Amino acid sequence: MDAHSLAPEEHFIQTEPYYEPVGNEIAIFEAAWRHKLPVLLKGPTGCGKTRFMEYMAWRLKRPLITVSCHDDLTASDLVGRYLVKGGETTWVDGPLTRAVRVGGICYLDEVVEARKDTMVVIHPLADDRRTLPMEKLGQLLEAADDFCLAISYNPGYQSVLKDLKQSTRQRFVALEFDYPAAEVERKIVATESGVDAGLAERLVKFAQMTRNLKGSGLDEGASTRLLVHAGKLIAGGIDPVTACRSAVAQAVTDDADMLAAIQELSSSLF
Amino acid sequence: MNVTARAEAITLLLESWLEADFSFRKVGPTAEKIAALAQGEQDFVLDWVKRIASSNLEVAWQFARRAPALIGHMDRRLMEAWVVGACDVYDRQGLRHALKVMEEADHFAERQLEMTAGVLFEDVAGVLGNFVRGLSGRKLSLTRLERGHGAYTDTEKLYLPAVLARFSDAKDNFVLAKASVALLWAQTRYGTFRADLAAACANFPDPERALHQLHGLETLRLSAYIGRELPGLHREMQRLQALLHAPEPAAWQPLAVRLGEAEATLEDSLRLLGDAYTLPDWPPRCYQGALQPEAVAAAFAARQDKEKARLRVKLAELLQEHARHETPTSADTPTTPPERQVFDAEARDEEGGLELELTLDSLPIAPPEDVKALLTSIYLDFGEIPPEYLVPAGDGEYDASLLGEQGKDPDAVWQGTYHEEGALFYPEWDMGREHYRKNWCVMREKDVPPIENDFHRQTLEKYAGVVKNLRKSFEAMRDENRIEKRQTQGDDVDIDALVEALADARDGREMSERLFTRLHRADRNIAVAFMVDMSGSTKGWINEAEREALVLLCEALELLGDRYAIYGFSGITRKRCELFRIKTFDEPYSTEVKARISGIRAQDYTRMGFAIRHLTHLLNQVEARTKVLVTLDRKSVV
Repeated sequence: MDAHSLAPEEHFIQTEPYYEPVGNEIAIFEAAWRHKLPVLLKGPTGCGKTRFMEYMAWRLKRPLITVSCHDDLTASDLVGRYLVKGGETTWVDGPLTRAVRVGGICYLDEVVEARKDTMVVIHPLADDRRTLPMEKLGQLLEAADDFCLAISYNPGYQSVLKDLKQSTRQRFVALEFDYPAAEVERKIVATESGVDAGLAERLVKFAQMTRNLKGSGLDEGASTRLLVHAGKLIAGGIDPVTACRSAVAQAVTDDADMLAAIQELSSSLF
Repeated sequence: MNVTARAEAITLLLESWLEADFSFRKVGPTAEKIAALAQGEQDFVLDWVKRIASSNLEVAWQFARRAPALIGHMDRRLMEAWVVGACDVYDRQGLRHALKVMEEADHFAERQLEMTAGVLFEDVAGVLGNFVRGLSGRKLSLTRLERGHGAYTDTEKLYLPAVLARFSDAKDNFVLAKASVALLWAQTRYGTFRADLAAACANFPDPERALHQLHGLETLRLSAYIGRELPGLHREMQRLQALLHAPEPAAWQPLAVRLGEAEATLEDSLRLLGDAYTLPDWPPRCYQGALQPEAVAAAFAARQDKEKARLRVKLAELLQEHARHETPTSADTPTTPPERQVFDAEARDEEGGLELELTLDSLPIAPPEDVKALLTSIYLDFGEIPPEYLVPAGDGEYDASLLGEQGKDPDAVWQGTYHEEGALFYPEWDMGREHYRKNWCVMREKDVPPIENDFHRQTLEKYAGVVKNLRKSFEAMRDENRIEKRQTQGDDVDIDALVEALADARDGREMSERLFTRLHRADRNIAVAFMVDMSGSTKGWINEAEREALVLLCEALELLGDRYAIYGFSGITRKRCELFRIKTFDEPYSTEVKARISGIRAQDYTRMGFAIRHLTHLLNQVEARTKVLVTLDRKSVV
């Protein structure tokens, strides 16, 4: 299929993304959306936050605009800016403005990474005002009814300096995500990667082992996403120990001793 | 140089290093043997004799005597480990024990494997330490056995021999170490010590033999567990056994089948012990190590009350927390009063996974990590969580000695016999030995007694000019938010640049792409640790100069807003190394800190290694892009 471009606000997810509920997060999100409440997703990397957002966008039939926040992301990057086109300045909406206009879901991934001035535009959108101040245009944009603001952050590895402020977090309905329970995770790995149930079970056990190492030299254990990667490699004919090294061990650490230890764990399991 | 001349030169060296004139050591014959070695071997031996002699002449002499015979048969790396091991033993236990380590090498003929293909504890400890922490259960640590070869566990530490050398291939020896670690882990994880093994064996005519047979039964049971949980490792364990051509006696087969069942527990092993006692002696598997019920009992006794007290206090905290968050749904349905709420814990220990569910009044609650670890440890000891452990601590049940929350008074502990209790240990480089002395410095952090006087104000007045200059220079260093013009990307259009670019375009010249303004944000991310010499040699004006310098530095650093800490160091011998807290990273520059700076006084002797190591450790815990450790000592003041 040829690649084709589409404005983010026109991009509706057509096919149902695979998502395995772990609790009542779907009902809570729907209720929050219906009552125009913003949502905060907490949880470690690779545990399904982004997939959940895709699933909810499909379920609610709203376009999903995802912004991966980084330490150089400013309020202008979200709201919009003037650009020079053909010798004239033209205003171009940022992703947040687009979502506010069309009533989409704007998902700010790892929001604590963004610069502090971004909070200035998020706050009025995240309370009952639901307005977006567009300072450079001198306008206030009222959010469409279906607009939903969702942000995510990982409380685990953020430093104190980058913690989410109370004034921000207390505006959101919080959903806590964690790695799924073993049987759910087995199902996810088997469905997503195509490996059989036995292998999925071993992969989940392997993930548990790496998660036991959290705090003993590893910042995070293997995420469900990494297990799916490893599963896909195994399904593609790579032997399990090599797949675990490439898809999991190398992804979670660079420390030689830790790499070797994870390697020993996987070779013990398979 | 011929051999005779070389031997004479070596004799002179040995005489000088080993102080032969005073000790009457006859170094001549040894020098001849060394002279007969190849040049590289000579250099190796002589270098080590000199290095060991800086610690102890007798150990060096014993090494010199043995080295020429050993060097041809022993891997250099292992020889070095042997020497360093002897020096470590000398440091910790004295000469007599160190000489015993030296003597062990006399049996090199029967331990040739150890000397060529052996795997050193130090080489595998890092990897296998992480390996065992990855497995479920209590967090176990690896420790080197001082003497002997039988790996064992006390249920908290896994003791491995200094060298593992059963096979002629180093890779197989590594697998052996891994298998030993896995079996010892399995002993703690699958309940080998949930009964008093010594008591269980006491009724047999030969209790020692009974324990040996029980060890065999448990090895069979746990190997089957490992086969189910870690099949890859199990295959390797079987391969190692096959390499030794040591098939299990047929008489043990029926027992192996019964203990290989998924539900088999320690009770089954104990039940079968009577049968096993009548069988021929269990041939130990290469990785099975030893059972040490006394060590297990000692560790359990030390752990039991502490864990119970800690869990009960944690549950009381959980209960309080729960009560805070709990809001009654209506006035008609009052919540259960805290004293009547009941905790329960249920373990799901199946398919290798261990999950402990904690409930409060039948409703599941998510315990924090430390409570989970406590529950796991208790479950491993008892196979359940005893109900009396689940009663939250009441008022007056906070025994600080059990909870381990109250640090010992640093001044009081030095006077006691157990002065190393609760202290931190740091290695120290020995220049003569050209090697570290392990756990050499016994260190504690202490507070500087604050002295509230006029010192801070007086210093600022005395150096008013300097302060002004310092502020100026530090202010110049201070980065500020500013708008950068003429950028290729940015938040706003740079109108000046745009007008210029349009004019250029109209003029037929190339139009610049730098048309935007961008906000540059000041983002200093520095942490500085100051290490102040508080040894006796700073007494007098140097101490005063240090304190004044600190006041001025603090004033300047406060302007920049950088995170900084100040610690003083001093000590008497390696056994009493003290680091004085003046300002920690999290503390603001308060009146209390100013009073502590004023209270800095010259103490004892200078010893910097431990202070550098400890402050580096503290700096590493701080998240900052740039980390700086600055020492303020006599030389920097002079």
